[in-house]
Amino acid sequence: MEIVTHLFDGLLCIVLLLVAWQSLTSSDLFRAIVLFIAFGLLMALVWGRLNALDVAMAEAAIGAGLTGALLLAALAKYQTLSSIDKTDSDNIVDKRQKNQ
Amino acid sequence: MIVDKKKGIKRMTRLLLIVLLSLLAAALGYVILTLPKSAVNLQELVAHNVATSGVSNPVTAVLLNFRAYDTFLEMVVLLVAMLGVWSIKEVPIEPITDIRNPVLDTLSGLLVPFLILFSAYLLWVGAHAPGGAFQAGSVLGAALVLLLLSGRQPFLAFQGLYLHFTLVASTALFTSIALFTLLVTGELLKYPLAQADTIIFILESIATISIGLTLALLFFGIYAKQKEKQ
Repeated sequence: MEIVTHLFDGLLCIVLLLVAWQSLTSSDLFRAIVLFIAFGLLMALVWGRLNALDVAMAEAAIGAGLTGALLLAALAKYQTLSSIDKTDSDNIVDKRQKNQ
Repeated sequence: MIVDKKKGIKRMTRLLLIVLLSLLAAALGYVILTLPKSAVNLQELVAHNVATSGVSNPVTAVLLNFRAYDTFLEMVVLLVAMLGVWSIKEVPIEPITDIRNPVLDTLSGLLVPFLILFSAYLLWVGAHAPGGAFQAGSVLGAALVLLLLSGRQPFLAFQGLYLHFTLVASTALFTSIALFTLLVTGELLKYPLAQADTIIFILESIATISIGLTLALLFFGIYAKQKEKQ
């Protein structure tokens, strides 16, 4: 039984580091956020394994849940804002071309 | 040739960075491994004094009694974060959502009452088992976010002065209890032993509501403004 738990812990450590690495290096922001949420849930599992159940609950609820929702909302806002900027600058270019 | 040179320099700096960072990691690991055992054994100290705190869960005892000052400052940080979002633009009260989905409607109708009940349970159980104000508050906040996302309008019936009052309630309560204990016992946030459990429970209940509302409004601040632009 002990071997199984050791295996689980080792796997958890490796997956945690892999997910963190993927999240940090991902160029797609949406993917990065989803990986960040997955990282938060895995981190909650780690806290649980360390017998810190209070921290595990806070990590799952705030770290993964609400921070994830906040990041996704911020991403949606960022994308609408940058698309508005883009159409604005396109319009300016159009006007210039018309003026010429 | 120039491009090759640039690439070579980039590779060199990257290698240098890897070496330096590995050295830093090794040094940090060495320092942590050779740390002397702390002179004050905090775990034992808490275990010995938990009976005087009014609760039997050591984590809650530390957060709400022994180190209540830290929790007090955390509440202030949350409030300041909320004010920071509002200083950019006050959150509009009417939610704008275009999600029309029968599954979401039914599911949120079923889940929200359960989440509120679960939040109350976490708050109650925090006195003697893992749980407490922050966990309960975030579950409450999640329930509010779910309501907002499914197009319901929880802030329509509950706005203006009530909303502001609820947001600052826990910080205000913490401040007044701090002042009160300073006057009565002569120490900041040192509760009288007989009333400690009641004070902790009231503090946690108010903090749960404030935390839940603050977290949901932080989300709403971003979410609502984004919809408004469209």
